[in-house]
Amino acid sequence: MNRTENDLQTTTTGSRAGLTIRRHRLVTRLTHWAWAAALFFLLVSGLQIFNAHPALYVGQQSGFAFDNGVFSIQPIRDRNGEVRGLTTVLGRNFDTTGVLGVSGAEEMRTYSAFPAWLTVPSYQDLATGRVVHFFFAWVFATVYAIWFLASLINGHLRRDILPGWSDIRALPHTLIEHLRFHFDHDGRYNSLQKLTYALVLLLLFPLMILTGLTMSPGMDAALPWLLDLFGGRQTARTIHFVVMLLLVGFFVVHLFMVFAAGPINEMRSMITGRYRLDDRPKGGNA
Amino acid sequence: MTQLLVSRRRFLGVAGVAASTVPLAGCDMLDGLLASGDPVRGFLASANSLTYRLQRLLIPADRLAPEFSESEIRQGQRPNGSMDPTDPAYLALKDGDFAAYRLNVAGLVERPMQLTLDELRNMPSRTQITRHDCVEGWSCVAKWTGVPLARVLDEARVKSDARYVVFHCFDSMSPGLAGSAAYYESIDMIDARHPQTILAYGLNGTLLPVANGAPLRVRIERQLGYKMAKYIRGIEVVSDLSNIGGGRGGYWEDLGYDWYAGI
Repeated sequence: MNRTENDLQTTTTGSRAGLTIRRHRLVTRLTHWAWAAALFFLLVSGLQIFNAHPALYVGQQSGFAFDNGVFSIQPIRDRNGEVRGLTTVLGRNFDTTGVLGVSGAEEMRTYSAFPAWLTVPSYQDLATGRVVHFFFAWVFATVYAIWFLASLINGHLRRDILPGWSDIRALPHTLIEHLRFHFDHDGRYNSLQKLTYALVLLLLFPLMILTGLTMSPGMDAALPWLLDLFGGRQTARTIHFVVMLLLVGFFVVHLFMVFAAGPINEMRSMITGRYRLDDRPKGGNA
Repeated sequence: MTQLLVSRRRFLGVAGVAASTVPLAGCDMLDGLLASGDPVRGFLASANSLTYRLQRLLIPADRLAPEFSESEIRQGQRPNGSMDPTDPAYLALKDGDFAAYRLNVAGLVERPMQLTLDELRNMPSRTQITRHDCVEGWSCVAKWTGVPLARVLDEARVKSDARYVVFHCFDSMSPGLAGSAAYYESIDMIDARHPQTILAYGLNGTLLPVANGAPLRVRIERQLGYKMAKYIRGIEVVSDLSNIGGGRGGYWEDLGYDWYAGI
């Protein structure tokens, strides 16, 4: 195998300081940024769609005359006549006034689940939220198909993403080292990175696409097993939302690691593919 | 292997920078590009015709939407949109228990018809327990009884250049201050002839209540709730939608919603 074509290539040179390696392939870089853009618009338009009926349930249907709700955000009027944002998670209530349920400046309050600054468009408009969401859903799924095929063919998937036994064995050690901010740094993905990327790319992304399709009444006719797989359309909608939260959590850690590992080197490697080993400041791989 | 260390101080600094990027999501600068008539919006909306064409390609024309058991009917069918039309013609019909109701069948048909409720009820009927999915995101399971639309179309003998069935309704909607507009909807001939597409007059074993569209509404089980027009005044078979209402095929479509609501 031609090593220079590897996504994550390592060298055996004795002194590595200042050495530049080719880290990410073109297809990896292109799909990465296409996903970044698509996921951003999917998130903000998804929150717009959620605002149309800001409640989640389990099962086939939404309980109006019975209770199968697991999450809701609503504005409620308290005893003093003031409207407050109430977020309910598995039966527990939280006052989220200012962010969820009720938000915006005093003189122009909005009574939407997610605040205007987090949604596209900023005002309440389900139709436009759906237009944006479904366009970027096509982008997201198409990029996923391209990434999956290319990574299968060029070995990226097997070599850098799928964790092997040695990665699983190394996991506790890597985890402890990360918690102590000691990061391995040789241009390859460590076991924690492999596992995280495997979870995101091979579990969360397909889960997002499949739960999205389960909400389509047309696709439910085409693939009724989707409803059995996820336990009903409303459960699929809940899972879709939970996966969104997990992806947002991943994004926050991902961004933190880019900064911790040296944002310029990391950004360069994801834009040009070139990555400097032992470039200061040091840290982990994003 | 090189061991690197990030200090607590550096950690907090980096975390602060990362957190400060979150409010960048202030998205109102995109609002203009997404307004009705903007070419950017038009381009994004073209994804819907892709979905429509792909679903038509993948899903056999007579593939049924999932049906449920009696035990899944755990609540009444949640009504929304208009629930109590105030059109004088409708109120007069309602006062007479819809005895004077006639379903007008017109357009590209060889035999235009005026069907009474009794005539509709005496046609072969279909009962199905299906899930109603509102575009807002909620769902409700209910049992619907009615006459297959295909049967009515066959009696009226649809002409060969027919492409769509339009439902004209008694109810008017008034979003904002722009006055009111009559509800109407349209579907293609594949959905019109689908075995589960029925003109429903029964809900959960009783006559269709006013809130749910009495005396007659349509069920199109492979699409979202807004396609399933209530308070049907008449059906019209056409070859082109551009001359009806706002020209986009339905009341909600004229306000920016997708014409194909299979997703």
